[in-house]
Amino acid sequence: MSVAVRQWPRGLLVAVCTAVVVWLTIKAFQGGLTFLQVTFNGLTVAGLYFIAAAGFTLIFGLMRVVNMAHGSLYLFAGYIAFVAQTHWYAGGTSQFQLGASSTISVTGWIVPLLFATVVIGLFGLAIQQGLLRWNLGQDLRQALITIAVSVIIADQLVAHYGGVVQSIQAPTSWPGSITIGSFRYPFFRIVVVLGAAIAVGVLLYLLIRRTRFGMIIRAGVDDRPMLSALGVNVQLVFAGAFLLGAMLAGFAGVLGGTMISVGPGLDTQFLLDSLIVVIIGGMGSLPGAAIGAALLGLVQSYSDIYLHFGSTDLTPYGILAQFILVIAVLAFRPLGLFGRPA
Amino acid sequence: MTPLALIGWAVLAVVAIVLLLAPQIFTAYDLSQILTQALWLGIAAASLTFLYRYGGMVSLAQVAIYGIAGFAMGNVVHTINSEGGLNLGWTPWAGVAFGIAVAVIIAFLFGAIASRSYGIYFLMITLALSLLVFYFFGQVTTLSGFGGIRSVSRPGFIGDPITDPTPLYYICLGASVVVYALLRYVVRTPFGIALQGIRDDPPRMRSLGYNVPLHRTLAFTLGAFVASIAGILSVWFNTQISPGSIDISQTIAVLIIAVIGGLSRLEGAWIGAIFYTLLDYEARQHTPTLGLWLNPGRFATIIGLVFLVIVLLSPDGLIGIGHKLHMLGARRRLRPPTDASATAQSEQGLPETAGVSTASGSSSAGQGS
Repeated sequence: MSVAVRQWPRGLLVAVCTAVVVWLTIKAFQGGLTFLQVTFNGLTVAGLYFIAAAGFTLIFGLMRVVNMAHGSLYLFAGYIAFVAQTHWYAGGTSQFQLGASSTISVTGWIVPLLFATVVIGLFGLAIQQGLLRWNLGQDLRQALITIAVSVIIADQLVAHYGGVVQSIQAPTSWPGSITIGSFRYPFFRIVVVLGAAIAVGVLLYLLIRRTRFGMIIRAGVDDRPMLSALGVNVQLVFAGAFLLGAMLAGFAGVLGGTMISVGPGLDTQFLLDSLIVVIIGGMGSLPGAAIGAALLGLVQSYSDIYLHFGSTDLTPYGILAQFILVIAVLAFRPLGLFGRPA
Repeated sequence: MTPLALIGWAVLAVVAIVLLLAPQIFTAYDLSQILTQALWLGIAAASLTFLYRYGGMVSLAQVAIYGIAGFAMGNVVHTINSEGGLNLGWTPWAGVAFGIAVAVIIAFLFGAIASRSYGIYFLMITLALSLLVFYFFGQVTTLSGFGGIRSVSRPGFIGDPITDPTPLYYICLGASVVVYALLRYVVRTPFGIALQGIRDDPPRMRSLGYNVPLHRTLAFTLGAFVASIAGILSVWFNTQISPGSIDISQTIAVLIIAVIGGLSRLEGAWIGAIFYTLLDYEARQHTPTLGLWLNPGRFATIIGLVFLVIVLLSPDGLIGIGHKLHMLGARRRLRPPTDASATAQSEQGLPETAGVSTASGSSSAGQGS
């Protein structure tokens, strides 16, 4: 094949990217505030995706376990926090009956958040110790096991919490939105979720780059048998990493339950989002998860709003943009943007 | 002929006779809800088993592909009360051809993208594509929307599957036999042999001059052709198709069927499907009630538990359990291990798909341009 023929997909990619950038620039000039709004929608959702996908990618990077139950852990955490908040702070008696008290203090949100995060972490640890530990290294079998677990959790969540969509209440003392100049944006999304995502990213980076635990994790990613031969208790490290990964899913679940909602089907949605993030970012890579989450969040948010061409409304086809994103990345980097061979 | 082989042929003959005479033996309900459903689910699962057994690919996109075939057909054929879809009024058989063609073309694209990834990466990519297809049909109301397409017309001779399930049963049976024969034939062709070589050692096959991604893509496309037949049959069976028929639980159901049947043999797909539909039927009637945890509505919990137990105990599924019992008996009789049992043992367990270690090679090939 001649060089010119081999290069044409790359040229196509550059052309598409340029067209998207030009299109968005035009939109940015046409309606500055709307554009800012849409951009922040994308970034805050990306923050949520990042927290969830960071747990997914951490578990995968170290243990080669694709945790198909990650979305289920996310949703389960949302329900735990919702029920805890309703019972302990809103004076509710049955699980869906909101009590007389409609004000939620800051503790009334933080305590359910921490409670759900810890419970989900321990639950994930139980899955790892009880079911996955015995199948070390058999990645396909472990994926099937977590699929079975996700089927059971999803069905039990429907059985216990029904099909009603709920949402966790943010503290009533927090402002609804913040205003900068003439730009108003929801406080919870921009301050809490985006702040939490940045904090999680920085803390994970420090944990992996600066601590002994992180050093062991990095060594384990590269050469597990050697790490074990050096006297490190690898099983303990795996348990710790799985606990942390599951806690991140739980943390994201409560944030998402407050920012969006808690309801059936969200487990699948977040499993898909986590999958796309790590597929395009590169599996096992933390910077990859951040870039992947930002790309996915922005693509979703722009394609929801800006696919109007004259009178033709293509927004229902917005999901094709996600297809194109996945396909474009995989066509050039089969292991994702930051992926590297195992 | 050894006595064992004789027993095998006798069992096969009995199964064949029972399947041929099934409309006379079973009630209309059993024929439709258990046998017919198991046959088309078996075809879908067989496409997955084929890809795994001979190509080393665990594809979770099979249900999405059969959904694409079903939706493509449902949109172009006449829908009786024009409920959903484009309702272009094509004849049913033109719809079948169109549905299969669309599914195969899209699957070729999916295959081209996924075929450079191996093992668990392949599984994740196909699952992501599958879920995207589900959300696509949910969102695009001109083609489907969450209500789906109802009362899709069928070829005349099928009639109404609810009042007379016999014609559809024979169609599903015939399609199953054809699919089985086709796949068994393909794996013996040079293409099929090369595919198995690629499953076992991609770098070696590449250095022998085989185009590894192309072979994997074509195998995926063949699997998609088989899956799209199942999609057409499922629309005729259900008389409708909606995103709910291709959601993640259906994706997992087909995976469960293939795993329960044992991923090592094609016929396992149909055995798994019979087991699945029977379990579904029985569970809805006989499940004890334990508060909210367990009751007749909790079929997903039950099938999830069964799946979990099978994956934990016997990665080879029901066939694997049968094989283990057989091996146990053979060992008691102190027979030296034959060639067949030796290969069967090496196939036990889900073999690690050879690819992960070679993914570096394929990526550098991908970036080489």
